[in-house]
Amino acid sequence: MLNMRLAQPEHLIDLNDLIELDRVIDHGEWVEVGALTRHHRVATAPEIRQGVPLLADAAATIGHYAIRQRGTLGGSLVQADPAAQLPLVAVTLGADVMVRSRRGRRTVAAAEFLRAIMSVDLAGDELVTGVCFPRQPDGERWAFDLFSRRHGDFAIVAVALTLQLDDAGAIVALRLGVGGVGPVPMRLTAVEQRAVGLVPDGDTILDLARNAAAAITPEDDPLVPAKYRRDLVETLTARALRRVTADWPEVTT
Amino acid sequence: MTAPVTLSLAVNGAVHEVTVPPRKLLSDVLREDLGLTGTHVGCEHGVCGACTILIDGQPARACLTFAVQMEGHDLTTIEAVSEGDRLSPLQQALHQVHGLQCGFCTPGIIMTVTAYLRDHPDPDEVEIRDLLSGNLCRCTGYQNIVKAVIRAAAEIRARAPA
Ligand SMILES: Cc1cc2nc3c(=O)[nH]c(=O)nc-3n(C[C@H](O)[C@H](O)[C@H](O)COP(=O)(O)OP(=O)(O)OC[C@H]3O[C@@H](n4cnc5c(N)ncnc54)[C@H](O)[C@@H]3O)c2cc1C
Ligand code: FES
Ligand code: FES
Repeated sequence: MLNMRLAQPEHLIDLNDLIELDRVIDHGEWVEVGALTRHHRVATAPEIRQGVPLLADAAATIGHYAIRQRGTLGGSLVQADPAAQLPLVAVTLGADVMVRSRRGRRTVAAAEFLRAIMSVDLAGDELVTGVCFPRQPDGERWAFDLFSRRHGDFAIVAVALTLQLDDAGAIVALRLGVGGVGPVPMRLTAVEQRAVGLVPDGDTILDLARNAAAAITPEDDPLVPAKYRRDLVETLTARALRRVTADWPEVTT
Repeated sequence: MTAPVTLSLAVNGAVHEVTVPPRKLLSDVLREDLGLTGTHVGCEHGVCGACTILIDGQPARACLTFAVQMEGHDLTTIEAVSEGDRLSPLQQALHQVHGLQCGFCTPGIIMTVTAYLRDHPDPDEVEIRDLLSGNLCRCTGYQNIVKAVIRAAAEIRARAPA
């Protein structure tokens, strides 16, 4: 924010030495990740890889190795870049952001915390202390995918999804989040509802992906036409759905 | 608070006192106040990787860090990579397989890869290319850098006590 001259604060507080906020705690139903946890740790911590694998996979795609050693979960959420990986996963999984100030503590749903482009529900005296991610249920499948022009750049469009199937192979629950298509990442609830009960074969996947593309209203910008973003949503959604169905290891082996 | 502050920085095993404005970047303090000009500065946006150093052993962009943040941390720069005149295995490999031309990107690459090989001694080529994506090189086309990393990793493994 400072580097891009987007912020010119009078005072700057360095949180990096609050190492007690660099932590991962497994509470069973929830996995709590401290605000100062670096992306690299989010991508590799065993508690996250097991309990919230969508989060770990997404974190592994952020920037580059050296960037992941320094960037933090709290910083990424508060910066609230519309295409950032971690806010997208927080919204998709319904995570809670934990906020603290001298006045007390409060918890905000990630979808409400992220208000607009680079704008969040946080007062001047408040600090994000961590994020609680609900544990992904056993047997749930997940996929994270993005498209960027150069490897390691912020995504143009990113897609996060989780899928549960019943014994007959029909969809019990789909969570589908997209980033980079509006001011904040969002769930495509209409597509999620449409999916329930369907068997995700090739045609169904194409239909769901087309519906996802139709559900968003990206704006034209000088570098990326709206149609291009919509096409990306369709392609990435179809690819992610294929990855959790036909290409899912348990199914093919 | 813009008046210069005095701080002590632990760089390459020695402690230095510097008096610098709080808004001065670590990359500039290393180069201008400590004379450690091996840390290069390209983009000053965290993108090119030329300024990569190690903070507490982990690669980080010196251009995205203020020097005042670094009290109590252990910094390593390219100047500490070779032992006297003896090049490190990675430096030697870059030299042998022509992994550099102008050399502007090289210090950042050496810092990034040195730390990576310490934690991942046997990377495959895909992993190496993913790693190098964080360091821009406008000369070599990367092929020989990849070769050098493979060679250095083998050399380091061969040297490690079994
Ligand atoms: C070359 C490069 C490539 C990148 N690529 C990606 C990418 O592909 N995807 C991606 O998502 N990100 C990417 N990033 C962003 C990066 O990963 C960091 O997440 C981001 O820069 C935030 O950095 P930080 O965690 O150090 O937070 P800071 O920069 O320190 O802070 C960001 C903002 O959050 C506030 N803040 C930080 N922590 C807290 C807290 N605990 N409580 C309250 N407010 C807080 C700060 O005041 C500031 O306004 C990239 C960055 C670079 C330099
Ligand atoms: S100068 Fe720091 S990354 Fe380019
Ligand atoms: S050798 Fe010239 S930039 Fe890499």
